[in-house]
Amino acid sequence: MSRWARALRTPLGVVALIGVGVIVVLAVFGPILWSDDASRFDFEAISQGASRAHPLGTDALGRDILYRVLVATRLSVTLAVLAALLGALIGVPIGALPSLVGERLARTITSFINLAVAFPSLLIAIFVAAIVGLGARGAVFGIACAVAPYFARLTQTLASSVVGADYVAAAKVLGVRRSRLLSRHILPNVAEPLLLTSTLAIGEALLSLAGLSFLGLGVQPPGYDWGRLLSEGLSRIYVTPIVAIGPAVAIILAALVFTLLGEMLAKGVAGQQTARWSDVPAPPVAPAGPVEVASHESPGALAVVVESLTVAFPGGSTPVRGVSIGVRAGEIVGIVGESGSGKTLTAMAIADLLPPSARMTATRYEVQGQDPRPLSEGAKRRLFGTSLAIVYQDPMSSLNPALRVGRQLGEVAELHGRLSQKESHRRSIDRLRDVRIGSPESRVRQYPHEFSGGMRQRAVIAMGLMIDPKILIADEPTTALDVTVQQQILRLLRDVGGSSHAAALFISHDVAVVSQLCSRVVVMYAGRVVEELDVATLVRGPAHPYTAALLASVPTMESDRSLPLATIPGRAPGPFDESPGCPFASRCPLATDRCASERPELESLADGQRVACWHPLTGDEERERVVRARENVVV
Amino acid sequence: MTALQARGLTVQFGRGHRRLTAVDRVDLDVPERTTVGLVGESGSGKSTLARALVGLVPIAEGDVLLDDDIAPVGRSGRVTDRRRRVQMIFQDPFASLNPRMTVGAAISEALAVRGGDERSARSLAVRHYLDLVHLDSDVATRPPSVLSGGQRQRVAIARALAANPEVLIADEITSSLDVSVQSAVLNLVRELQRDLGLTVIFVSHNLATVRYVSDVIAVMYLGRLVEVGPTDDVVSRPQHPYTRMLLDAVPRLAERTLTGEDEPESGEPPDPHAPPSGCHFHPRCPIGPNAFPERQVCVERDPREGSEERRHRAACHFAAAGVSSPPASYESQEVRGVAHDR
Repeated sequence: MSRWARALRTPLGVVALIGVGVIVVLAVFGPILWSDDASRFDFEAISQGASRAHPLGTDALGRDILYRVLVATRLSVTLAVLAALLGALIGVPIGALPSLVGERLARTITSFINLAVAFPSLLIAIFVAAIVGLGARGAVFGIACAVAPYFARLTQTLASSVVGADYVAAAKVLGVRRSRLLSRHILPNVAEPLLLTSTLAIGEALLSLAGLSFLGLGVQPPGYDWGRLLSEGLSRIYVTPIVAIGPAVAIILAALVFTLLGEMLAKGVAGQQTARWSDVPAPPVAPAGPVEVASHESPGALAVVVESLTVAFPGGSTPVRGVSIGVRAGEIVGIVGESGSGKTLTAMAIADLLPPSARMTATRYEVQGQDPRPLSEGAKRRLFGTSLAIVYQDPMSSLNPALRVGRQLGEVAELHGRLSQKESHRRSIDRLRDVRIGSPESRVRQYPHEFSGGMRQRAVIAMGLMIDPKILIADEPTTALDVTVQQQILRLLRDVGGSSHAAALFISHDVAVVSQLCSRVVVMYAGRVVEELDVATLVRGPAHPYTAALLASVPTMESDRSLPLATIPGRAPGPFDESPGCPFASRCPLATDRCASERPELESLADGQRVACWHPLTGDEERERVVRARENVVV
Repeated sequence: MTALQARGLTVQFGRGHRRLTAVDRVDLDVPERTTVGLVGESGSGKSTLARALVGLVPIAEGDVLLDDDIAPVGRSGRVTDRRRRVQMIFQDPFASLNPRMTVGAAISEALAVRGGDERSARSLAVRHYLDLVHLDSDVATRPPSVLSGGQRQRVAIARALAANPEVLIADEITSSLDVSVQSAVLNLVRELQRDLGLTVIFVSHNLATVRYVSDVIAVMYLGRLVEVGPTDDVVSRPQHPYTRMLLDAVPRLAERTLTGEDEPESGEPPDPHAPPSGCHFHPRCPIGPNAFPERQVCVERDPREGSEERRHRAACHFAAAGVSSPPASYESQEVRGVAHDR
């Protein structure tokens, strides 16, 4: 609930809270203090306008309207709250029903709710109020019935999303009863928005009640609420307008207060992030001295390079810490890591695609031999737009569902390659053919949803090829695809990398996939590069205990089924962790005191292999020892 | 003895021309105290089959038998003891635990359904089940939001076990977990299966994982079971060309092993709303009518006819054939077919 408290601490929230406080105090103490004053006849001052003695004037019997407005707070607010609660009481169960009953009945109930929502609510209120009878009771029932459909609709929408959740399925499998399903699993998870709606409904009920009273359907004399006072005053509005304005202002203010409260609470629930860079001290990670990017046997200019790359977010989160990576033209480098290792953010930093709140620092950052940082926005867009292509995990998120595939591909070439529409159309067809999409002439006219998953990923790759990229970043491009399709996309990426001579960064959590496609692998853990090696060395055996453990813990087609798999105990440090030692120390079977207190830097071990470890594994026996040591650890 | 049996199980979604047969007359025997691995690509119906076995999706035709008795799962929403006996663990432990219930409450709910225990005995039982999945007992008071993915999946396993099931269905339980915690969950499932004598149905798209966990492998393609057999046998001597294709696609740690040309996009699973005639696999099949035009039987006849006589109940008219060793009777035709193809 602290989110709610935080939302209410904003200026508007404070106003709403004070308003509610005033209304509550008035409702409780108003009738006690001023009941007598409000009902005192003063035949000397009948139907007067504003005066010093009667700021809001007097009514036909000379009663003071200010006192009457204050005293009427209790009745008006009570009736509004009752109406809103009653509306929720009727609407919520009706809305929850479709998720509990059979399919056919659920459809009937849903249609009924739709019909009720479509019906003008004030008509329902008048209709019901007239049936139940004149007076406060009728008005409350009328308004309750008018707001109930909205509660029903909201509950139904919320509940249907909760009912689809796996935890409800799990409870069903356990055989949990329907009533308990509703009370323990569905309602608690829809309660929050419903509470907010109730607050808003109170404001609405206040206005509707005034309307009903005005029509003579509400509170009957001698009782009086704000609506009744308003309708009495209205007949004199041309003579003494203040007698109508007084109650009207009370209604509007009270309704405003409840609506404001609802809005503020809703904002709190939405959980707005308030941390700003100004609140946060500078990122604590000091970049280490210049680190040379690993030399590689094949010489050639680095198409892209970063050194000591650090990415930080407000609040002290530093998910990337001093990463150095360089890729040459025609080379495919793999970045391997688990979730939270910083592999995707590293790639996004290279592509200048970090979220606006992120802060990036690097001692060296070059794309095509040019540092993009000092460039203007326009120059940056030209540099990246004409040299860099990205393939994401979910191809559907890279394609606009409302545009034909050909148009989307063409747009890229027209924008960055300055091609005419006709030329770009021809190129789209060529590129789709390059990624082996059959009959590209008709395919360009189709929409993304008409493509299968693998074809969409091919189309995204084709989109990247429209600009003849010098750098290709593929972020888990096959993770969402089936194994047989994965194989095809990997072959395509290999062919594309070969023919376009682009520098490619291939990001994946799957070491085996990376080994098939890449020549060099960078292993990331907790925001740092812990090992960098060529695939041949990786297959022979890595030097970092984390890489070794990662390989040993994945079941392969050759794993001995009689032995348990190697496990890695514990969990990786998060992006806020500032402990001094090796990030893997707490999970490492070889860790010593030094590992916990002093962080190893990435250092060359052998040709083309670099490792950040005080105790790198050098021989097969050692690797075996790590794997065996793990098998004795259960958790 | 057979713990769980599916007989002619069919599940359909939608109506009219959008009707989708997600599971198509599947016969599957799950012997007691064994782990049966269900493998296939997305859209193969493996998860739907799993959900049908626990009664989460309505069964259009066929039966689920528990201990050779017809289980009422899927036919009614009634709470029965039968239902409790088959439990399920879901893919995403972030979605399968109610965010408003503590770990202890979630496990207690399963205990309550089983009935019998007093409230006081339940907290002891909660501790027992947490211990079974190697979690500290103080986890019981925490909400799932403070736990890691691996810990949550353990809680989900503990909850399923607390219902005291005989059959446990694990639906892609490691695919949303990080690599470094997957192995611990796999070890746990194997350990529990062995120690508690459970019958497990392990559903996964990852053949290497299925191979590691299962005693029997069942391969599905577009709603149909295409091959079933003992794990080592299926892996070393696959009968169905689809199984062979899956085995070839498993990524292996090896230097630049990616070979062959990129195939055209037709190598993808077809739209399950309009499955191909005859053998569903024939448009992609390397030994089907694409390679051997005379094999029209693949287009015309459901290969499940007579599959009982074939090894691994392979649903393939040319199961034993393969590309390398065709049966004698087809040899001459095949040579012609290849020639024709070229």
